[in-house]
Amino acid sequence: MTSLIIWRDQCFQILFAVAAAPLLAGWLKTVRALLQNRRPAGILQPYRDLFRLFHKEAMIPEQSSWLFRFTPYVMFGAKVMAVAIVPIIANGLPLASAADVIALVGLLAVARIFQVLAAMDTGTDFGNYGAHREMLISALAEPALLAALFTASLLARSTSLVQIVHLSQIQLFSLHPSMVFAAIAFGFVLLVENARIPVDNPATHLELTMIHEAMVLEYSGRHLALLEWAAQLKLFLYMTIGFALFLPWGIAANPLLTSLVIAAGLVLVKLFFAVVVLALVETLLAKRRLFRVPEFAITGFLFGVIGLLSHFMLGS
Amino acid sequence: MNSSDCLLWVLYASLLALLPTVLVAIPALPIRWKRSLGFLVTVALCLLLIVVGIHALASPALHASIPGPLTDLAWQFTLDPLSGFFLLVLGSVGFAASLHAIGYFHHGSQSKLKQVLLPYPVFVTAMVWVLLAANAYTFLVAWELMALSSTFLILVEGQDQRRQQAAYLYLLIAHIGALALFVAFALLSHGDLISNGSFQRMAQLSSSPLVANVVFGLTLLGFGAKLGLLPLHAWLPEAHPAAPSPVSALMSGAMLPIAVYGLLRIDWQILPAGAVWWGPLWLGLGLCSALFAVLYSALQTDMKRLLAYSSMENMGLILIALGLSRIFAEQNLWPLAALALIAGLFQVLNHAFFKSLLFLGSGSVLHATGTLEMSHLGGLIRSMPQTAFLALIGIFALAGLPPLNGFASEWLLLQAFLLAPSLPSGMLRAILPLAAAGVVLVTAVAAFAIVKFYGIAFLGRARSAVAKHEAGIWERASMAFLALFCVLLGVFPGRVVDSLSHITALLLHGSQIAHQSALALTPISAQRASYLPGVFLLGIALSIAVVFVLVWWRFGRSLRRAPVWSCGFAADYSAQTQDSPTGFSQPLLRIFGVSLSTLRSRQGLGNAIPVQIPDPFWKGFYLPWARAALGMAAMVSRLQHGRITSYLLYSFLTLIVLLVIFR
Repeated sequence: MTSLIIWRDQCFQILFAVAAAPLLAGWLKTVRALLQNRRPAGILQPYRDLFRLFHKEAMIPEQSSWLFRFTPYVMFGAKVMAVAIVPIIANGLPLASAADVIALVGLLAVARIFQVLAAMDTGTDFGNYGAHREMLISALAEPALLAALFTASLLARSTSLVQIVHLSQIQLFSLHPSMVFAAIAFGFVLLVENARIPVDNPATHLELTMIHEAMVLEYSGRHLALLEWAAQLKLFLYMTIGFALFLPWGIAANPLLTSLVIAAGLVLVKLFFAVVVLALVETLLAKRRLFRVPEFAITGFLFGVIGLLSHFMLGS
Repeated sequence: MNSSDCLLWVLYASLLALLPTVLVAIPALPIRWKRSLGFLVTVALCLLLIVVGIHALASPALHASIPGPLTDLAWQFTLDPLSGFFLLVLGSVGFAASLHAIGYFHHGSQSKLKQVLLPYPVFVTAMVWVLLAANAYTFLVAWELMALSSTFLILVEGQDQRRQQAAYLYLLIAHIGALALFVAFALLSHGDLISNGSFQRMAQLSSSPLVANVVFGLTLLGFGAKLGLLPLHAWLPEAHPAAPSPVSALMSGAMLPIAVYGLLRIDWQILPAGAVWWGPLWLGLGLCSALFAVLYSALQTDMKRLLAYSSMENMGLILIALGLSRIFAEQNLWPLAALALIAGLFQVLNHAFFKSLLFLGSGSVLHATGTLEMSHLGGLIRSMPQTAFLALIGIFALAGLPPLNGFASEWLLLQAFLLAPSLPSGMLRAILPLAAAGVVLVTAVAAFAIVKFYGIAFLGRARSAVAKHEAGIWERASMAFLALFCVLLGVFPGRVVDSLSHITALLLHGSQIAHQSALALTPISAQRASYLPGVFLLGIALSIAVVFVLVWWRFGRSLRRAPVWSCGFAADYSAQTQDSPTGFSQPLLRIFGVSLSTLRSRQGLGNAIPVQIPDPFWKGFYLPWARAALGMAAMVSRLQHGRITSYLLYSFLTLIVLLVIFR
């Protein structure tokens, strides 16, 4: 019986994440528009966009192979698998033990490499630009991400997210200086990996410096819809991984439905504020040149290193 | 087969496998028979090696001795879990490479076949003997035979100047290494290689810390030359592209790991406990080597050169794991040392599979298109769909993506790094996680390099060379074998780790890590970390399937193929608008080029002309040595007049000097 309940919780969490991800994107766009003195299109606009895209005809380039058509499904499927692993609203779900943080990073890398290969499969200049930029930037961001994750796992003596969340829920409000640095490093990586402003501009097509958009340029219809949705899920995922590592309060520890609903509400509240911060960052910063991105990623890495070192020096 | 006779069986089989060298000399035999029979003999030997290797992993050591040329000098052999594991690696790579060779040499002439089939079985047999050798004499003879036979194999594809240079360079570095090993063995046996030459005896003899350090340095030189450790790597990117692909696969997947075997056998088993800095030295050298190699691998434009640098990077990673294990062992943290050692050995196994898969794949590409230069290739996924699919599995494994095998060993290595806080030394505790970040950078750039490899050669549109045919059945079968095991080893890592525990028990005073269930990896405890690749694979496959079915059911309409859009720039749309291999890695070059000063002047070159990135060690390290050697030779030549009187004078003077000294 209990196993049935935890599987129900697992499905609930997946559906919640998949459903809430476009909302997150809509809220982000709304806040950005408000901060930039524009009139927002409404918080539900991403849903309308997805609906429209799903009903459009999908076209594929003449030259492309099966990899191109397969990739949107892999992208979305991998993200769905990832939201099943991360403790978003409940801790200790059945699939959580399938992967720890390192394997989670690997899972996101699977999605990324499929996307890059699909971009190269189109055989266009833009696809190639996007591909090599994406590989370069992620290669630079990965050590920073790992430094941040290492700090958290050294504190919890475990790389399992379940254990990390569990431990920081027990030691409520104990302050770890190393975690502050790790959180900053994680924030840097979040910006880099999600193609946010100082690295890439998510709001534009037709810019020679684009990265993520350049890779999805040839997609249309349902394929594009899946890719857009997957990108929104990725942002959702990174934010919730951040919450699990640094602000795990409110994640349900028992499988009761009421605590799940409360936890889901709390996640939405956290996201509400996180998005405001993200929108502020994106409004205040300008997009950097590609060759400035390494500095940005290295700064993130250095924060991660400071986090690690302060962990060893202070023992906390 | 009686299990205690395993060792003898392997020895007889390895001798029988030399049969093709005689076979090719029979003029009456048709060429088809020669080719199939010649390689199938090696295939059979390799199958035996796989069986015996797996068996030996869980069995006690076996010994055998065969009388040698001198009364005191016998051929001694041992089969223990350590040699068993490396036999398994050799067998797997050799099996696939020899199958592939049947197809690869399909169009070769009679004389070419002769050139291959003479050294090829010798090469495999020599590797078997190196792995089984139990005394210095056997080891060195087999080691030398391995170096010589592989040199001839490099020259098979043609004898142009570049190949000859590659072969000579390889031979030179191999011999410097062999010389170092010879001295190391002499020191280990207290100068008496005949009576103290067996490994068992050497382990019993005690040597002073100074001698131990010298031996450590010499073996690092000797095996490092084979591993492609940083300054001694120059032969690797030259020899691998020059050799035929099955040979490259054997060299990369089986011969380089034999150097790892040597390090384990001599520096770990025979040498007594070493100095504190041995482990950190291995780790540091491995990291430098891996970082250098991975950057250069990303800059290459030749498929096999790229893979060769990537092999060097993998060997660096393995050395990192061994160094880490040593650091833990030094502090008597045996289970942690076992974990790191297992990560390294697992990486050896994985590398053997995915790297030989990719080498064989590029061999098939060479067959079909006539070139390995990526700036001429493209779009092979349409003309060679099956090869492309198998190579895709290979690059995923190499890029360390779950749930394939490359990820499992990387995951274990990172787990081992995360246990650094157990160390008493504060310095190492703080530095090791940074080294882990270095490892992550290496694997991330390796993903960059291999995406370039696949994306440029197999995806997009053909640049100038077009594949004429899909790879032959033998070639595809061998690649499918390797790809299958890339998946299986990734999904059942627990089995592998359990078998490798026998080796850690042998090398680390009986310490093992906890028994693993087949489907999961939980090296310390389930709470500490767990990874279930099977669930992972199933989960991804299921979610992809569900998404696919849902999307098709609700929104499925037929697709329309249309010309690419490319922001409207597609009007004069030719294959040359795609990235060239140089262009793909140009940002990387620009970012890291600052630290590689030789490359700086070359940035900005991004057109279709393939740009060869020179190895900075040529200019900085090898050429000064070469110049010094030539200068010395010139000085010596002054003594040579060709007049008999002066030579007599030299002999006379030498005699006088010797008399004065020794009386």
